[in-house]
Amino acid sequence: MVSLKINGSAHSVDAEPNTPLLWVLRDELGLTGTKYGCGVAQCGACTVHLDGQPLRSCSAPVSAVGGKNVTTIEGLSSKTAKTVQQAWIDLDVAQCGYCQSGQIMTAVALLEAKPKPSDEDIDLAMAGNICRCATYVRIRAAVHAASAKLSA
Amino acid sequence: MRVLDPSSAVAIFAIPAQQPAGLNRRDFLKSSAAAGLVFGLQLPLAKKAFAADAVGEVPPGQFAPNAFIRIAPDNTVTLVIKHHEMGQGATTGLATILCEELDADLPAVKVEYAPSNAALYKNLAFGAQGTGGSTAIANSWEQLRKAGATGRAMLVSAAAKRWNVSPASITVSKGVVSSGSHKATFGELANDAATQPVPADVPLKDPKNFVLVGKKETRRLDSQAKCTGTAIYTIDVKLPGLLTAVIARPPAFGVKLVSFDAASAKAVKGVTDVVEVPEGVAIVATGMWPALQGRRALKIQWDGSAGKLNTAGLYSDYLKIAEAGVGAATITRDKNTAAQMKKAVTTVEAVYEFPYLAHAPMEPLNCVAWLHDGMLETWGAHQFPSFDHMFAAQAAGLPVEKVKLNSLISGGSFGRRANAASDFTVEAVNVAKAIGRPVPVRVQRTREDDMRAGWYRPLYVHTVKTGLDARGELLAWQHAIVGQSIMAGTPMAATVKNGNDASSTEGVWPTPYKIPAMSADLYSPVQDVRPLWWRSVGNTHTAYVMETMLDELATLARQDPVAYRLKLLADEPRMAGVIKLAADKAGWNTPMPAGKARGVASHFSFDTYVAQVAEVSLKPNGQPKVERVVVAVDCGVAVNPDQIAAQMEGCVGFALAAALYGELDIENGAVKQSNYHDFRVLRIDEMPKVEVYIADSQHAPTGVGEPGVPPLAPAVANALAKLTGTRVRRLPLARQKFQLA
Repeated sequence: MVSLKINGSAHSVDAEPNTPLLWVLRDELGLTGTKYGCGVAQCGACTVHLDGQPLRSCSAPVSAVGGKNVTTIEGLSSKTAKTVQQAWIDLDVAQCGYCQSGQIMTAVALLEAKPKPSDEDIDLAMAGNICRCATYVRIRAAVHAASAKLSA
Repeated sequence: MRVLDPSSAVAIFAIPAQQPAGLNRRDFLKSSAAAGLVFGLQLPLAKKAFAADAVGEVPPGQFAPNAFIRIAPDNTVTLVIKHHEMGQGATTGLATILCEELDADLPAVKVEYAPSNAALYKNLAFGAQGTGGSTAIANSWEQLRKAGATGRAMLVSAAAKRWNVSPASITVSKGVVSSGSHKATFGELANDAATQPVPADVPLKDPKNFVLVGKKETRRLDSQAKCTGTAIYTIDVKLPGLLTAVIARPPAFGVKLVSFDAASAKAVKGVTDVVEVPEGVAIVATGMWPALQGRRALKIQWDGSAGKLNTAGLYSDYLKIAEAGVGAATITRDKNTAAQMKKAVTTVEAVYEFPYLAHAPMEPLNCVAWLHDGMLETWGAHQFPSFDHMFAAQAAGLPVEKVKLNSLISGGSFGRRANAASDFTVEAVNVAKAIGRPVPVRVQRTREDDMRAGWYRPLYVHTVKTGLDARGELLAWQHAIVGQSIMAGTPMAATVKNGNDASSTEGVWPTPYKIPAMSADLYSPVQDVRPLWWRSVGNTHTAYVMETMLDELATLARQDPVAYRLKLLADEPRMAGVIKLAADKAGWNTPMPAGKARGVASHFSFDTYVAQVAEVSLKPNGQPKVERVVVAVDCGVAVNPDQIAAQMEGCVGFALAAALYGELDIENGAVKQSNYHDFRVLRIDEMPKVEVYIADSQHAPTGVGEPGVPPLAPAVANALAKLTGTRVRRLPLARQKFQLA
C-alpha cells in the first residue's frame, strides 16, 4: 500500500511502487482531469503540482511522491489558480481541451513563482506543454490577463 | 474530406452492405434505415423513417419540435448536436444557430451528442452521419435555423392561446416568452407547445436582428468543463468493472503474428486476459499500468520477414512513375498545353516532395466496448457514426439495431478519427468479443501505438513545368501528382472517377487562377500503409506547389507576388478580396527590417477563401523563425467570429508544425518515429503572433476548421525564398539550414 496526500486528503492505494502517479490518479482514484498524452514527459498533459511545483505525473513513480502534497486540476483552489482558470474561460483558450488541464497547472505554477511574466518567461515555462490545436496565442494572452488581474 | 454535392451523396456512400446474420435483405434495409446507415439505395427509406419519426429519442414529457431540441417542464433546454466536437467548436456553432432562431438562452442550454441515426442526423453534405470536410456549420445552417424557428413558433402559439393574445404581440428573448404583462419560461410552456401543430413553413430572422450569430460576445459552451478537468473524453469513461487493454501490434506494416506465450504476461498483477485479436495480441488488465507491464512481459513472435515499405526510396520511385508517364489518370487536359509551352521564353521545372504525416492528436486513439444482454455498446469519439456503427456491428456479429454508439468529444482528431475502417472502434469490439465475458473494456493506445498505426497523410511527389512569355505572363502549366489514393478501396471509392481521386488533386484542379493552358495527371500507387485525410486533405500539398510555383514565377517576371496573383484572379473577387485584405493588414508595401522577409499565399478550400502573409527571420542555428502571420478569411456569414479567429490561429500553428518538422519515415515497413520527441510538433516558443481578419460577407457560411492550413507553408516558404534565395521543394523546412541571401 502507498500513502498519498492528494488535493488535501490522505489516500492509501494498492499500487506497485513503480506505477506512475498519473495512473494512480486516474485508475485508482478516479481523478481523470489529469491526462495521458505521451507517457515520457514530452507533452505536459499530465502535469500536476508536487508541493506547488509542476510535475509530469506520467514519469513520476508513485513511490517517489511520498508524503508531499499533490494537487491536480480538480484540487485547484488558490486565488492564482481560480484567476488563471477564469482567464482561460474568458478568452476561450480551449479547443479540444485535452491538454488544457496541464497547461493550466503549469501556468499557475509560473504565476506563483513569477507574478508578471514576459512573453519570453511564458515561452520558457510553458514550452514543455504541447497543444496540438496550437492554442498558444490565447495561452499567452490568458497568462498575461491573469497576471494583470492578480496584480490589479 | 471533401465537400460533396448532396445530390451525389447517394452514389458516394454506396457501401456494399454486408447483411447481418439472421436478417433477410428487406429486414436489413428497414433496420439499417432505423439505425441510421443511410448508404446508397437505402436513402429513400431513410427519408421515410425521417417522416415517420422526425424527433428521435425524446424523454417522456418533453417538448420536442424536431430532432434537435428538447424542452423539459423544469425549463431545461437540451440541444442535440449532430456533429463531433474535436475542438473545432462545432458544439458552440450549432447551438448558436439553434438558439438564434429559438431565442433560447445560449449559455444556459444543455447539449447532447446525437445518437447514431443518419435518418435524423446525417451530414447533408455527405448523406451519411459524420463530421469532416469543414462542413458542420455549412450543412447545418439552414437546417438548424429552421429547427430553431419551428420550436419558437410552437412556443409562441402555445403562449398566444394561453394568454388569449395575438402571436404578433409576443416577444421571445433568452428563453422567456412575453406579451404585455404576461411572461413564461420555455419550460412553463413546454406541455402546451407540444400539442401545437408543427408549422410547415416558418419565417427565419432577418440577419439584422441576430443577437448571437456574428457577435464576438458569443462564447464557447465547453470552456468551463475543459478548464476544470471535468470534460469527459473516451479515456475518462467510467463503467462498473471497466477493464483496460493495450494491444501488442505488428512491429512493421505487412508483418503477421506467428505465436505468443501468454504465461509471463498473465503473471503480472492486474492482468486479467491475454487474447489474440486481428490487430495483434491484447493484454487486458484492471488498469493502464498493469496492461502496459503485461505487454512488456508478453513473449511474442512475428514472422521473420520485414515489411517492404521504405520511404527513403519512395521519392525517387514516385518521380520515376511521373517521368515514365504510364497509367496516368487525367486531372485536367487542355489540348493547347504543349503548343503554348513551346511558345514560352522561360520555363521552370520543379519536383516537389511531401512526407507521410501522422495526425498525432493529444488524446491517443481509444474506444470502450461492452457486449452485454445480446447487444453492443460503445463509448468513443465517433467522428463518423455511420462508419463506426456499421463496422462495429460487423465486428460484433450483431445486427445494427443491437449496436448503440455513445458519442463523446475527442482530444483532437485532425481527420484521424474518421476513417473508412473505423480501426479504433473495431479493435475495441474485437477485444470485448475475445474476452468472452460481458465486461466493458477500453482499448487505449499509447502514444507510440498511435504514431505507428498507419492511416497517414500519404507521401506525395509533384512534378511541374510552367512556361512564361517575354513579359513574364503565364502561358502554360503541366503538372503530375504521384501518391496513394485516400478514397480507393474504401466505401467512398465511387468518388474516384476514371482513376482521378479528387482528394489527391483538389487545389491543383480546379484552380481559381486563370491559367491559359493547363494539363495535369495523377498516379495512385498502392502501399502497405493505409492513407487518410489529414486536416485539409489534398490541399496540404497542392496549395504548397501552386503557391510557391506562382511566387517563383512572379519573382522571375520581376512582378510583385500579390499583384501577380490578382491579375490571374480577375474573375474571383472573393479570392482577390482576402489577398488584398491580408496584404493591406500586413503592410505588404512597407519595407521590412534587414534579416526579415514577408511571403504571401492564398488558397480556396472547403468553400472558404484564405490568404496569409507570413513574416520570417532566421534563428541563429539557420532554421526559420516565423514571427507573425496575418490571416484574412472569407467564410460567408461569420457565425462565431471569435471561433473563426481561434480556428485560423490553430490552423496556423498546426500547419507550421508540419511545415517545419512534420515527417514520418518508414524503414522496412517499420515507422521510425514514436513519440513527440522525434515527431516534433509546435511548442509555444515557436508560435508566431497571429492576426485574423474576417471579410464581411452575406454568403451562406462555410467551414473554417481546415481552410486556414493550406496557405501557411507556402507563405512561409515564399518568405524564406525572399530572405535566403532558396526555394524549398521538399518539406519539412527544418531538414535544411538557411543563410541570408
